[in-house]
Amino acid sequence: MKAVRRTWAIAQKEFRQLARDRLTFAMVIGIPLILITLFGYAINMDVRNLRAGIADQAGTQTSRRLVADLTATQVIAPVRQVDTAEELEELMMRNEIVVGIFIPRDFERRLQDPNREAAQLLVDATDPLIPRTVSAVVDMPFGLREHSASPRLIPRTGRSQDSPLFSMRQYYNPERRSAVMIVPGTIGVILTFTMVLFTSIAIVRERERGNLELLITTPVRSIELMIGKIIPYIFIGMLQVSLILAAAVFLFDVPLRGTLVDLYLASLAYVVAVLGLGLLISTIAKVQFQAFQLTFFILLPSILLSGFIFPFDGMPQPAQYFAQILPLTHFVVLVRGILLKGAGLVELAPPLQKLGILFLITMTLAMLRFRKRLD
Amino acid sequence: MGATAAIVTRNLSRSFGAVKAVDELDLQIPEAQIYGFLGPNGSGKSTTFRMLCGLLKPTGGEVDVLGRRLPRDAERIRGLIGYMTQQFSLYRDLTVLENLQFMGQIQGLSRRERRDRIGHSLKAYRLERYRKRRAEHLSGGERQRLALAAALIHRPPLLLLDEPTSAVDPQTRRDFWDALFELISHGTTILVSTHYMDEAERCHRLAILDRGRLVCEGEPLDLMRNIGATVIEVTGPDLMALRETLAGTHGVWNLTQLGSRLHVLLDPSTVNPAALIEAALSHAGLKSQVAVAEAGLEDVFVAATGRRPS
Repeated sequence: MKAVRRTWAIAQKEFRQLARDRLTFAMVIGIPLILITLFGYAINMDVRNLRAGIADQAGTQTSRRLVADLTATQVIAPVRQVDTAEELEELMMRNEIVVGIFIPRDFERRLQDPNREAAQLLVDATDPLIPRTVSAVVDMPFGLREHSASPRLIPRTGRSQDSPLFSMRQYYNPERRSAVMIVPGTIGVILTFTMVLFTSIAIVRERERGNLELLITTPVRSIELMIGKIIPYIFIGMLQVSLILAAAVFLFDVPLRGTLVDLYLASLAYVVAVLGLGLLISTIAKVQFQAFQLTFFILLPSILLSGFIFPFDGMPQPAQYFAQILPLTHFVVLVRGILLKGAGLVELAPPLQKLGILFLITMTLAMLRFRKRLD
Repeated sequence: MGATAAIVTRNLSRSFGAVKAVDELDLQIPEAQIYGFLGPNGSGKSTTFRMLCGLLKPTGGEVDVLGRRLPRDAERIRGLIGYMTQQFSLYRDLTVLENLQFMGQIQGLSRRERRDRIGHSLKAYRLERYRKRRAEHLSGGERQRLALAAALIHRPPLLLLDEPTSAVDPQTRRDFWDALFELISHGTTILVSTHYMDEAERCHRLAILDRGRLVCEGEPLDLMRNIGATVIEVTGPDLMALRETLAGTHGVWNLTQLGSRLHVLLDPSTVNPAALIEAALSHAGLKSQVAVAEAGLEDVFVAATGRRPS
C-alpha cells in the first residue's frame, strides 16, 4: 500500500510539473500536430506541379496541344517559355525549372515517323523521384499518334511498334543515385543541427551560470556580445563543411562540378544564417533544455520541408511558402546547384540573397529581444 | 552625512507580479563610505542592488546613481560600477589570468592598462600563485578575491557587493574587509549586502530591510543607542523553560538566544523591566539571573524586523 502511495506521489508530482512547464506542455500538443501536418504535406510520392520550361520551336497546333495535354496531367506546370534547348538547360541550372519540354522545328514530320521520338524531355535528375515521375508521363498515350485509344486521332500510318513520343534526357544525376541527391543536402542538415544547437545554448548557458548578470553590468553592447558569440562558430561551421565535403567526394563519389570557392562562400552564407537563428532561439529559451527543444522545432521542418528529402515541387503551396523561412531550403538549392549542376553564385544569386535576408531578420529579432536587463 | 551622495533613491519600488520585493525605498548613500544592507533572505537586498546597477527596471520611484537617472542612463554608468554578484559569475572554465584579461577587455582597457592593473591586482589579492589555475579549482576565498579583483579592474568609483562573503571562512572575511577599507581610502563608494551582524557593524552606515521596506537606517552605533527597546539579558539552567515563560510575559517583544544567554527585548516604556522579568520568572518557579544589557546590532535587527535573522 505504501509502495502504491509513493508511486502515486511521484506520478502526481510529475503531472503537476508537466502542466506547469509550458514549453513541454506545448510540445505534448504541438509535436503530434506539427509532425502529422509536416509528414502529410511533405511526404508526397505522387509528385505534381513540377516547374516546367517549354521550348516549342514547331509552334504548330499539334505541338500546342501536346503541351496542353502534358499540362493536363498536372505532373508538370509550365512556368517559362523559351526558344532553345540551351535556354532550358540554363533555367534548370538556376533551379527555375526541373523539367524542360523541347519540341523541335520538325516535330510534325517526326510525329509521322514511328521510329523517331517526336520531342524531348529534359529532366533534373538530382532528386531521383522526379525522373521516375516524368518517365510515367513519357509512356502515356497522348493520342497524337494514330493507334492511340484517345479520341483525338491523327491519321494512322500503319505501324504498331512505335518509338515513344518523347526521348528523355536526364541531367546531373543520370544514374539516379540516392547518394548524389542526399549527400549535398546533408551538409546543410548537419550544419543546421550543430550550429543552431551550439549558438542557442551559448547565451542560455551564460544566463544559467550567472555570467550574464555580471556581463550586462559592463559596457559591452548587445551587438558586440552577439557577434562575438557567433564568430567562433563560423570557424567551426567551415571546418565541418570541409569534413563533410571530403567525405562526400571521397566516400560517396559526389561530383564537384562547380568551384570550391563558390561552395565555401555559399556555405559561409548558410552558416551565418543558421547562427542567427540559433541566437534568436537563445534569446527565447530560459534554460539549456528549452534551447534543445526549440532546436528540434527548427530541425524537423527543415529536414522535411526544405526539399532535402522530398521534392520541393511536390509540396503544396502553403508548405512551400513556409519553407522559405527555413535557411536549409535555400542552401539545398545552392549546394546542389554548385556540386551537381556546376552552377556559380551568379546563377544562384536568389537563394544566396534569401539567406542574407534571413540572417538580417533573425539577428535583428535577436537584438530586439536581448535586453541588457534581467527583467 | 557627507555633502555629496553617490546614490539617491526616492520611493524606489519593484514588484514581481503581486509581490512587492522592494517597497518605496528612500536612500541617501554618501560617497567614499561603506554602506551596508542588512536583511533576511527575501528582504529585497538583491533586488535593490540589481535596480541600482540597472539590471532591473524599477516599477516605481526614482534612482540616481552617480548623478545619472536610471534606467534611462543605465548604459552610461556601466563603466563606472563594479558589481560582485551573490554567486560567482566569472567563467569557471577560464583561468584566473584569463578571467581578469576578459573583464579588462570588456571594460575597454588598453593592453598596457590591463598589464599594469592585472599585475597589481594579482599581487594585491594574493592570486599570483594561481594565475594559471582555472576558477573552478579555486577555494571559496580565492574565488572571492578573484571576483573582487575582476569587479575592480576598471577602477570603478562605485562598487556593489551582493553578499560577498556568504561562502568564505572568517579569516578570509576579515582580509576581505581590510581590502574594502583600503578601497574607500581611495574614494570608492561601496555598497555591501550581508546577513552577518559583525560585517554589518563594520559599515559606516547601515540600512535594515525587511520584506522590501526600509525599517531602520543610520550609523551602527546610533542604531544600537537608539534601538527603541529595552534589552534584558537572562541566564539560567533551563533556557527552554525560561523562553516559554518569557514569551507569554506582558511587555516582552522578542527573544533571542545567544548561546547560554537570552536577550529579551521589551517595550521601552516598561517601568523597571528587570524587576518585571524577575517577578515573572520566579512566579513560574524558575532560577535565573537578570540584568539590563547594552543593545547589540542583533538586537537592533530583531527589534526592527520583529523576527530572528535567518
